[in-house]
Amino acid sequence: MRIWKFPDQVVRLAVLVTIAVVALIVVRQMFVPESFGEIGHYRADSIDTVLAQGIQFAGMQACGDCHDDMVAIKAGSYHRGLTCEGCHGPSAVHVDDPSEALPTIPTGRKPCLRCHDYLPSRPTGFPQIIEALHNPMETCVDCHDPHDPTPPEVPETCGACHAAIARTKAVSHHWSLDCETCHVAQIEHRQQPRANLPTKPTQREFCGQCHADDADSSSSIPRVELATHGGRYICWQCHYPHYPEGR
Amino acid sequence: MAPVEQRRGFLARLMALPWVAFLVSTLGADRLFAGGGQSASEGGERKFAMGVQVDRCIGCGLCVDACKTENDVLREPFFFRTWVERYQLGSDGEAHVDSPRGGINGFPATEDSPDVMRSFFVPKLCNQCDKPPCVQVCPVGATYKTPDGVILVDHEYCIGCRYCIQACPYGARYLDPRTKTADKCTFCYHRIKQDLLPACVEVCPTQARIFGELGTRSSPLHRMKRMNSIQVLKPELNTSPKVLYSNLDGEVR
Repeated sequence: MRIWKFPDQVVRLAVLVTIAVVALIVVRQMFVPESFGEIGHYRADSIDTVLAQGIQFAGMQACGDCHDDMVAIKAGSYHRGLTCEGCHGPSAVHVDDPSEALPTIPTGRKPCLRCHDYLPSRPTGFPQIIEALHNPMETCVDCHDPHDPTPPEVPETCGACHAAIARTKAVSHHWSLDCETCHVAQIEHRQQPRANLPTKPTQREFCGQCHADDADSSSSIPRVELATHGGRYICWQCHYPHYPEGR
Repeated sequence: MAPVEQRRGFLARLMALPWVAFLVSTLGADRLFAGGGQSASEGGERKFAMGVQVDRCIGCGLCVDACKTENDVLREPFFFRTWVERYQLGSDGEAHVDSPRGGINGFPATEDSPDVMRSFFVPKLCNQCDKPPCVQVCPVGATYKTPDGVILVDHEYCIGCRYCIQACPYGARYLDPRTKTADKCTFCYHRIKQDLLPACVEVCPTQARIFGELGTRSSPLHRMKRMNSIQVLKPELNTSPKVLYSNLDGEVR
C-alpha cells in the first residue's frame, strides 16, 4: 500500500512541464545556429562571411611592386599623399592579372577639378583654381604632370613665399592686381626679407584711387564716399585687401 | 548556517546532477554566467579606430565613391556607408548643412556669400561605438561587436526589423532593399584584417582620414591624437565612438 501519492493535478502539471522543456530543447537545437555564442551573443561564423568579401582596391603597396618608377616620381611631388587608385580607379583585378583589366586614365579637366575647383568650403591654402579663369581651353595635363603637378614655370616672385596670400588673392575681386600695385618691395627683400620690409599703404586715400566717388577708374568698381565711409576706421580694418569681398 | 550559504550549497549540489548541467548548457545559459566569452578575448585584441581631420577635408567625395565600389553599396542616394556633409555657418549663427548625393560627385559651387561666416566639410561614417546602441537593441543578435571592436551585421541572421537603424544616433545605418537587411560601414573589415587600409582611407587625397589602432604608439592615429585636439560626435550620448575627429566645430552633430 502506498503511503502517499502525487496529487493528480501535480502529475498533469509535471507532464506538461516535461513536454515543454523537451520541446524547448528540441526547438533550440533546430533553430539556434551552430556557432551562435562561441564568441558573444552572435554567430561566430558571420565574421568569416564578412572576411570572405572580395577586394576592389589593391592598395598602393601593390602598385609600387611593378610601377616603382611612377611611385618614386610621385613620392617627391605635391601629390605624394595621393594613392594611385584615387585617380586610376579600383585595380585589384589588374594586380591579379596585369593583362586582364587596365586601370583607367582620367582625361579632361573634370577629374582634377573634383579636388582643385574653387569652393569656399575648402581649407585655406589648398590649391584651387577658378575654372573659367584658368586656361579654360587647355587640359590640365598640358601643363601639369599629374604625378608631379608643380607648374612648369617658376612661381610668381612674391607667391613663391607668400603662397597663401597669392592663392587667396587669385580668387578674389583683386585677382588682376599685381602685388606691386599696393606694395613696393626692394630687391634686397628677397635676400633679407625682415631687414627690408616692403611698403604697405597707410592712408585710406590709397584705396580711394580706385574706390572713391570721383576716382578715375572703371565704373564696375564699387565706390564709396571716402570722407565718411567707415567713420574713423581705415579700409583694411574691415576689408581684407587680398580678399575684399570676404566678411 | 546562514540562509544564503544554504542556498549556495543547494545550487552547487543541484549543478552536480548531470541532467541539470546538460539542461543549462543546452539552453546556453552557462555563457550568461560566464559574463560572455567576448570580454575574455577582448584583452589581447587590436582596437581598430579611425581619425578624421576635418580641416583637411576638401570635399572631393572620392571616399564615398570608393566605399560604394569596394562594398557594393547601392549607387542611389540614401544608401551610404560613408558620406560627406558641407557645413555653412551663417553670420546669424544658423548652420546650413547639405550633402548632395552624399557628396559622391563632389559639391556644387556656392556663392561666396556675406551671410556665410565659415564653411567646411565633415566626412561621416559609422562611429563603431564601443558601447553601441544598435547592438543593444538587436532582438536576434544579428549585429554585434567583434573582439577587435568593429560593429558588423550578420546578413543571414538579420530579420530586417530596422530597430538598429532607429537606434543609431549617427544615422549610419540603412536597409539594403536587395537583401532586406540592415547594412552599415564595416571599417572595411575584410581589408583591415589583411593589413590593408579601408577603401575610403586608401583613396583620401589629403589624409583627412587616418586609420590605426587605439592603444598602439606606432600608428598614424597616435600621431594625430598627439598633434590635434580630439573630439567625437555626440559625446553626451556616452556611446564611446571610435571615430575620432580633430578640430571639429561645435555645430557639427
